[in-house]
Amino acid sequence: MTLATHAGKRPVERRGVFSKKLSGIIEPYLYVSPALVLILAVMLMPLVLGLSYAFRDIRILNPFSGGFVGTAHFETLMSDQAFLGALINTAWWTFGSLFFQFGLGLILALLLNRDFVGRRLIQALVFLPWAVPTFLSGLNWAWMFNPVVGPLPHWLTSLGLMAEPFNILSDPDLAMWGPIIANIWFGIPFFAITMLAALQSIPKELYEAASIDGATTRQQFISITLPFLAPTIAITLMLRTIWIANFADLIVVMTKGGPADSTQIVASYIFTQAFRRLDFGYASAIAAVLLVLLLAYALAVIGLRRAMTHADN
Amino acid sequence: MTLTGHTTTRKMLYWGSHYLMIAAFVLFALFPLYWLLKVSVTPNDILYTEGVRMWPSRTTWENYTFVLTQSNFPHYFMNSVIVAGTTAAVTTVIAALTGYAFSRFAFRGKVIIVALMLITQMFPLVMLIAPIFKILAPLGLTDSLTGLIIVYTAFNVPFATFLMQSFFDGIPKDLEEAAMIDGNTRFEAFRAIILPLTLPGVAATLGFVFTAAWSELLFALMLVSSESASTFPVGLLSFVSKFSVDFGQMMAAGVLALIPACLFFLLIQRYLVQGLTAGAVKG
Repeated sequence: MTLATHAGKRPVERRGVFSKKLSGIIEPYLYVSPALVLILAVMLMPLVLGLSYAFRDIRILNPFSGGFVGTAHFETLMSDQAFLGALINTAWWTFGSLFFQFGLGLILALLLNRDFVGRRLIQALVFLPWAVPTFLSGLNWAWMFNPVVGPLPHWLTSLGLMAEPFNILSDPDLAMWGPIIANIWFGIPFFAITMLAALQSIPKELYEAASIDGATTRQQFISITLPFLAPTIAITLMLRTIWIANFADLIVVMTKGGPADSTQIVASYIFTQAFRRLDFGYASAIAAVLLVLLLAYALAVIGLRRAMTHADN
Repeated sequence: MTLTGHTTTRKMLYWGSHYLMIAAFVLFALFPLYWLLKVSVTPNDILYTEGVRMWPSRTTWENYTFVLTQSNFPHYFMNSVIVAGTTAAVTTVIAALTGYAFSRFAFRGKVIIVALMLITQMFPLVMLIAPIFKILAPLGLTDSLTGLIIVYTAFNVPFATFLMQSFFDGIPKDLEEAAMIDGNTRFEAFRAIILPLTLPGVAATLGFVFTAAWSELLFALMLVSSESASTFPVGLLSFVSKFSVDFGQMMAAGVLALIPACLFFLLIQRYLVQGLTAGAVKG
């Protein structure tokens, strides 16, 4: 209704062809400019400054530091066993978390996409972990894995999975599962929310038409649901992989990278170098390497996706 | 008869397993929060002796009264509400505009801008702390809530933009093209037709950004030094470092910090559930 009145007030034909064309060219930049200015000033400018630190000797408590050291940090990095171990742990941490977050999140979204009694309440409850500050959930999970004050080791013992209650966070072979489980708990709602929103934007008529044509639930899922979800899945999986690889909070809070560096990922190693040893130069060099690796990963995923969509056509 | 009987059994089986799985998800989601609650009402002297009991033999509100009356917590809490609320609102507006442009326009430099945004998602934010401090300090934006809001907004805009874009991509272009043929500008069409259809997306974006800003610890810790501008996670950390770690009080503070997040989720709930309104598309 409002549109009709607007239309009466401002006929387009009155504007000059040239100014109309010009505003058409400028228009997209007007939409994009606030985001662009903010990102350039608060992220990219500091990034360039930060990258320059990778070639400098920057140690906060050392007043004589600050000089250029060339590629010395990167040479140290190549033979740094702790860093190489952290690389492997990062892959383990990222894909271990992501697999369960995505799988369980998708299942949850499909469950919530049906109408049932109490759905709104249930939805609010299962999404709650996502609102819990990571610092708090890390402490809480560490608490629950502790056999003195937490129930989990006792449950695992009664299930026969453990000979006697002990803290998995202090076992180098099992410790990584602690932060991964906490991360799964925290991350399921993220995928469930995005998938549910995508599911609900699928036109209901498609399902109606398909079931009139006699398509089974499974067929409908494969030929309607999945293709509609695919773009959302692709972009959330890619961004989330990178986000999790950079996400050190839970590990820093729960295990501090230990025992014996068994849970040290690259991001937590950067944190350790920067804030425990106050060596910002070396930390920036590690961060630069991580940045390059994640960039390569993203390009590979985008390339793969493009190849696949071309194959479809 | 047998056919309907068969279908009913299958239906019952389906809904039985449906509810069972839902129950498992609810248990997994809530049990850690229950444990948080349990620790927060357990008196200090039996915190360890009754550590693994499902519910302590005695309970107390002491931890809560301490946090509310003798700590700076209410103040941190307000700071966090201001920071997270403003960040969520500003980020969503900026992301909606940018996401719309990405979805609807082909323009020179678009690929570069998208690439820049993707790159910001790829580096460890830890490495930005020192440079950002150096940039914000001369502007008087360190140790201020405004500074935190600007930093959080910038951090959240790229992801929020991609999220909004995927929602806009799901809406047919014909809708605003029809409105533009009727003589409206594109912005009018965007505001009056497209944005209302993306309300679930807007709600989801608000929710994501609010919780991200609500729980951010690292930058809040490094950019703010005074009590007056501290946010909740920093305050929570002070329970761990300043005093001998008082877990009961910390958990009580944690439970209190969950309240706005719960309220926020309940508020945006109906937008998430609503989905695209079929009536608007048809009309």
